[in-house]
Amino acid sequence: MDIVVCVKQVMDADTPPSGFRIDARANDVVSTSGLPPVINGFDEQAVEAALRLKEAHGGTITVLTLGKDLALDVIRKPLSMGADELVVVWDAAFEGGDSYSTAHGLAAAIRKIGTYDLILCGRQASDGDAGQVGPGIAELLGMPCVTFAKSITATDATVRIERAIPDRYEVVEAPMPCVITVSNELGAARYPTLRGVMAARRKQPVTWNAEALGIDPSTVGAAGARTKVLRLFLPERGGECELVAGDTPEQAGKRLAMKLREAKVI
Amino acid sequence: MNDGRGVMVFGEVSESITYELLGIGRSLAAALGEPLSCVVLGSGIRDQARELIAFGADTVSVVDDPLLKDYQADAYVTVMHRLCQEQRPNILLLGQTIAGRDLAPRLAFRLHTGVATDCSELAIDPTSRLLLQTRACYGGNVRATVVCPDARPQMATVRAKTMAALARDDSRTGDVIDLDAGIDASCLRTRIVDESRETATGVRLEDARVVVAGGRGMGGADAFKQLDTLATVLKGAVGASRAACDAGYAPASAQIGLTGKVVAPTLYVAVAISGASQHMTGCSRSKVIVAINKDPAANIFKEARYGVVADYREVLPAFTEMCRELLE
Ligand SMILES: Cc1cc2nc3c(=O)[nH]c(=O)nc-3n(C[C@H](O)[C@H](O)[C@H](O)COP(=O)(O)OP(=O)(O)OC[C@H]3O[C@@H](n4cnc5c(N)ncnc54)[C@H](O)[C@@H]3O)c2cc1C
Ligand SMILES: Nc1ncnc2c1ncn2[C@@H]1O[C@H](COP(=O)(O)O)[C@@H](O)[C@H]1O
Repeated sequence: MDIVVCVKQVMDADTPPSGFRIDARANDVVSTSGLPPVINGFDEQAVEAALRLKEAHGGTITVLTLGKDLALDVIRKPLSMGADELVVVWDAAFEGGDSYSTAHGLAAAIRKIGTYDLILCGRQASDGDAGQVGPGIAELLGMPCVTFAKSITATDATVRIERAIPDRYEVVEAPMPCVITVSNELGAARYPTLRGVMAARRKQPVTWNAEALGIDPSTVGAAGARTKVLRLFLPERGGECELVAGDTPEQAGKRLAMKLREAKVI
Repeated sequence: MNDGRGVMVFGEVSESITYELLGIGRSLAAALGEPLSCVVLGSGIRDQARELIAFGADTVSVVDDPLLKDYQADAYVTVMHRLCQEQRPNILLLGQTIAGRDLAPRLAFRLHTGVATDCSELAIDPTSRLLLQTRACYGGNVRATVVCPDARPQMATVRAKTMAALARDDSRTGDVIDLDAGIDASCLRTRIVDESRETATGVRLEDARVVVAGGRGMGGADAFKQLDTLATVLKGAVGASRAACDAGYAPASAQIGLTGKVVAPTLYVAVAISGASQHMTGCSRSKVIVAINKDPAANIFKEARYGVVADYREVLPAFTEMCRELLE
């Protein structure tokens, strides 16, 4: 079973607002925290899902990422977890892309990879929080797509996906090849082993530019984008918090209740 | 390609966001001087169509077909794609619901247009007449205003409880149009093989006037039961952070936030929750937020109206007891 997992390098989602700034001219968020970038959390879990399937069925896992100035140590992490290949796609033509044109670039790379039974993505990337690229790739490649997987099992030519939907239990069967987006309910991704880290260091990523993909430059980057960001800004923060204290924590608890009563909240 | 006209709402019969979409759709349509339509897909749903007119739609297209009983991407994308090609809306609004999150990107790509997901502010730019779509990114730490300059429809999914529904007005008139789905089972490549609905007990989290939510700092599923007690006293529902759900302290259906539920109660009590932006996304519209956390530097105190800095284990029983007394 051959699986392609799309992973994106992002700013650590735990970066506090004091750890980044907005570059208004480039309409971009720039990290100032010194924290290293990470692989989007859901994408790590997509790698985990792929590894579980590989353990059960064999095959290869190709990790695919599109981006510039990537930290090699960071994007190699899936290799150190047990993935087989790493493909890095970048070209100046991809600059300024949105979800729409990014999916075009990734779909072209998947076509070039050629053999795959499954494409796994995260449910959304923690920078843009868009949740579009997975379903987008499915549309572009004419494949079915199942979103928000919390477990994936495979038999012959079909996959069974338990979906993470609040208040419901839903199991879906899809033919292969198909796209599946993975949610955190899948469970934590495994840690790389020391041996994995050593092996990953010896592997060089395959790099492809627009020409290698044979892609029409007008479909990628800013040229292919359908949406345009007019403005990036910081949200207004809430007002003052009134801290309620007491001689003992119990008393503070009681006072809190009385405060809420006075304010007619309860 | 600027040939779209009208604002179209993708309605979901069981979701209250549909009324919120009609509310904002009405004001966008008014700003443009264009009509507001609503499309509902499903099986046995025709009776609900009139109601959508009472809540603001000029016309309602009903596509009633057994194949549309459950949301399934292949069927819904096919029908909506055809409908958009026939009706050529300028703007298409969907809810940021389970169905909307799945359908919107699929449909946008098939229509070769863009979509801004999870918008919490929508307006028409008076000069360009484009839809200004404002949404959170970076988990809520940053906001972006986005436009779709050329392709049509301009598509957005809308976060629950960010738009006001209109008051129901049964004197409003409008047309209900029945449309054929025009699909057969062969369009469905995926198949739902098992499903069940959790039977909710007590107040629905999304509708509760009081929500008592716990985080990872609760320390265990047993400790979470104390929140049930408080919720019972306050006639509210229990929510949780993702970390608490991931740890198995609370069911996934209790998750509040970016990838969970959106609530906007009168009172939100956050116990042992750090207040990460992705969590606050789901509760920041609460009228009053109360935080109990032992870490005075926790972000939740930046968002809360009232707070107690202490170990919840020492505060919560007394707080619960006092609430009970006051409410008797
Ligand atoms: C893309 C993305 C989407 C996400 N979506 C969501 C979402 O929908 N919902 C969500 O909630 N999160 C979401 N998250 C996760 C979010 O970033 C946080 O990791 C999560 O909300 C943290 O949960 P928490 O506050 O319970 O845990 P922690 O951050 O571990 O905080 C625990 C808190 O409990 C306090 N505490 C510990 N013990 C006690 C005690 N005895 N008494 C009092 N206080 C105590 C601590 O001081 C701390 O503040 C998402 C993350 C990403 C990247
Ligand atoms: N630049 C990228 N490179 C590789 N995968 C990506 C990229 N952007 C998005 N993805 C994949 O698509 C998912 C959804 O991303 P998004 O639509 O940006 O929220 C991510 O979780 C990744 O799996």
